[in-house]
Amino acid sequence: MTAAAAPVLEGRSLIKSFWVKQGRGPLARKARVHAVEDVSVSLEAGKVTAVVGESGAGKTTVGRLLAKILKPDGGEVLLDGRPAPGGRPRSYAAQVQMVFQDPFASLNPVHRVRHHLERPLKIHHLADGHVDAAVADLLRRVALEPADNFIDKFPHELSGGQRQRVAIARALAVQPRVLIADEPVSMLDVSIRLGVLNLLAGLRDREHLAILYVTHDIASARYLADTIVVMYAGQLVESAPSVSLTDTPAHPYTQLLLSAAPDPDRARAPELSAPGAPPSLLAPPSGCRFHPRCPHAMDVCRSQAPPNVTVAKGHVAACWLHVEPALRRVSETELSTAVNASALKS
Amino acid sequence: MLREGFANNAIRGGWWWWWAPPGICVALLGTGLALLNFGIDEFINPRLRNVGLSQRGARKAGISLSTTLGITPVLGRRQAPPVGATPTSGVTDAVLEIHGFSVDYGYGEEAVHAVADCNLVLRRGQVLGLAGESGSGKTTLALAALRLLRTPGVITAGEVLFHSQPNGEGPAGTIDLLSAGPEQLRAVRWSEISVVLQSALNALNPVITVGAQFDDLLRAHRPQLSGSQRWQRSGELLDMVGMNADRLRSYPHELSGGMRQRAMIAMALALEPQVMILDEPTTALDVVTQREILEELMGLRDRLGFAALFITHDLSLLVELADEIAVMYAGRLLERAPAASLFHAPRLPYTHGLLNCFPPMHGRRLPMAGIPGSPPDLRDLPSGCPFHPRCAWAMPRCRQEAPPLAPLNGSSREVACWLQTGDVPVPAELARPDPVARSSERPAAVKPGSAL
Repeated sequence: MTAAAAPVLEGRSLIKSFWVKQGRGPLARKARVHAVEDVSVSLEAGKVTAVVGESGAGKTTVGRLLAKILKPDGGEVLLDGRPAPGGRPRSYAAQVQMVFQDPFASLNPVHRVRHHLERPLKIHHLADGHVDAAVADLLRRVALEPADNFIDKFPHELSGGQRQRVAIARALAVQPRVLIADEPVSMLDVSIRLGVLNLLAGLRDREHLAILYVTHDIASARYLADTIVVMYAGQLVESAPSVSLTDTPAHPYTQLLLSAAPDPDRARAPELSAPGAPPSLLAPPSGCRFHPRCPHAMDVCRSQAPPNVTVAKGHVAACWLHVEPALRRVSETELSTAVNASALKS
Repeated sequence: MLREGFANNAIRGGWWWWWAPPGICVALLGTGLALLNFGIDEFINPRLRNVGLSQRGARKAGISLSTTLGITPVLGRRQAPPVGATPTSGVTDAVLEIHGFSVDYGYGEEAVHAVADCNLVLRRGQVLGLAGESGSGKTTLALAALRLLRTPGVITAGEVLFHSQPNGEGPAGTIDLLSAGPEQLRAVRWSEISVVLQSALNALNPVITVGAQFDDLLRAHRPQLSGSQRWQRSGELLDMVGMNADRLRSYPHELSGGMRQRAMIAMALALEPQVMILDEPTTALDVVTQREILEELMGLRDRLGFAALFITHDLSLLVELADEIAVMYAGRLLERAPAASLFHAPRLPYTHGLLNCFPPMHGRRLPMAGIPGSPPDLRDLPSGCPFHPRCAWAMPRCRQEAPPLAPLNGSSREVACWLQTGDVPVPAELARPDPVARSSERPAAVKPGSAL
């Protein structure tokens, strides 16, 4: 795999909004929640991309848009560079699979492990006649060994980590090329989280899966992911290789997230630079959505959304701070081209 | 049937014998179907199938539970110390002492030992962290100490002493919480020891405003205050945790998660308690909100001087926050040490493993192993040390005998591990130099003041 490999799955300028009722009754006014605005992500084979953000930032929505569980209002999902088919046909599900946050809710309590793993094999007509061997193989791939001990268990007889492994095995059953893991470890005990993260890392390395890892825990994203994408209030604020992002964060919001994360190695507790809460997505702030909290907010931040600025190789931040002062007034389209050109020159 | 009743003027005429019996039949049929539904649920859902009924279990075990509602029964405990005796641990500034404390769920043969033989001493003004995975008994320990645990929880052994010093001065009056009656417990709970629970949305009443809940609390515990005084005090309390007093008129669902938790903390502080039990207060919150609330809380601690028992599974957070940390595993306390010592020089394999579960934020990315296996089932604990099946340094002795929690040669820390008894060479990972042991004592605790 070369670094310039074409992305397996790509979301371009995805937009999604939800309608919520304000008030009661059939005549209630409906308001629009801008959950995801113009977000582009690409997943490469053999790479883990992490989406990090606070709750309500739109991370899960992005995952679901890519898995085609939700239909985007705008933008497109490309599989191997071609627009993905409409709806969610079986051919798409065979390529892109999802693992959900809560392993206690995502497995049916009345069925055994065998049933959960057989279903995708049968529905997709895989492993005809060798279902038992295929199920055992799946359990082995997620390190639930010996398989005989687990195959006839009910979900409640398994621990949280084992349950999540079953959910991952179920996703792997159709031999997908993309795995979308929506907070796969946040419901698990700390001592078994690393096991599941290492399992995902192993799938990436051995089987060249493209993995989208949605999380709120930036430390685990740094540990697992090759690229981290930071979201705030439905928009993408920064994306970079994971070490570059955590060591030299370019966007004030990323800096805030990093300063708030628990870090015992620090000598003393940090000062939070931007207290407050994310904005309501019913009426997001004008310009940059982070400006009401940002300690460096300027006039231009209030009026105009910042362009994506390349601050280093592969490191993109949507922030006016990284635009030269003279360029801060040019219109948006001209600007992004001008800025990227100047960044490439230097 | 009811139409018949109408048609015959029965309802208007008050001829109840026309409509009441058939009505009762309808109600009974409905109830019967509902019961049948529960039965089917219990039958088809394998998880419900195994849940025994606690009262039946108690009767089968031959235990008569003469309990008051809302008070955890005590089946066995240490004899009360003679009046006027010094605190058993010898710690002079202790505010809450727990000795040999054991808590079971269920009775007799079927009992699950959720907490076994735990000793904890919370000093005045100290933040004591209680760390452990889910199911390790942290919450059970804290709630049972206040006798707030619900059935089928029972206290089977131990002693819980609360050294009350209401104004921060004068001699402490000791209350034995396990022998205290309902009235005594009522006087201690909330006004002297308050609890902040994890899920603020479940802890707040969703159908009345935050202000009404403050009012309720102050009316019950401070009957001398007038209505306007209560309102004013509630406003002050919200102000203290960084919320606008207007929020008293809001319902819990109108507040964000962080604000709900702030309101909970304000309520817990309303009666100026000496001890606050914080049960995973920030686990459900985002990191930024979590950091804000913890800063707020530590500021209040410095001002008001309460002692805090901080329960969480996030050891990395606790290291920044607590003065001392106790680590629980499978219902047992396995290590207790000053926070910095525990982080830089863990002595217990489990603590060492737990610290290795948090990927670092700096430096090179190295593969980390975490702890193999999964936490044990309390119904079927391994013999000897409960951690031995997951321990990299397990010895034959670990399988046979459970190690006692013993002071580590000369220092103020305690550890329950056969590796640290001096009989075998200690692995290098568990023998790093202790940064605190050399500096003689921990920093002096904040003197409790009445700054409110």
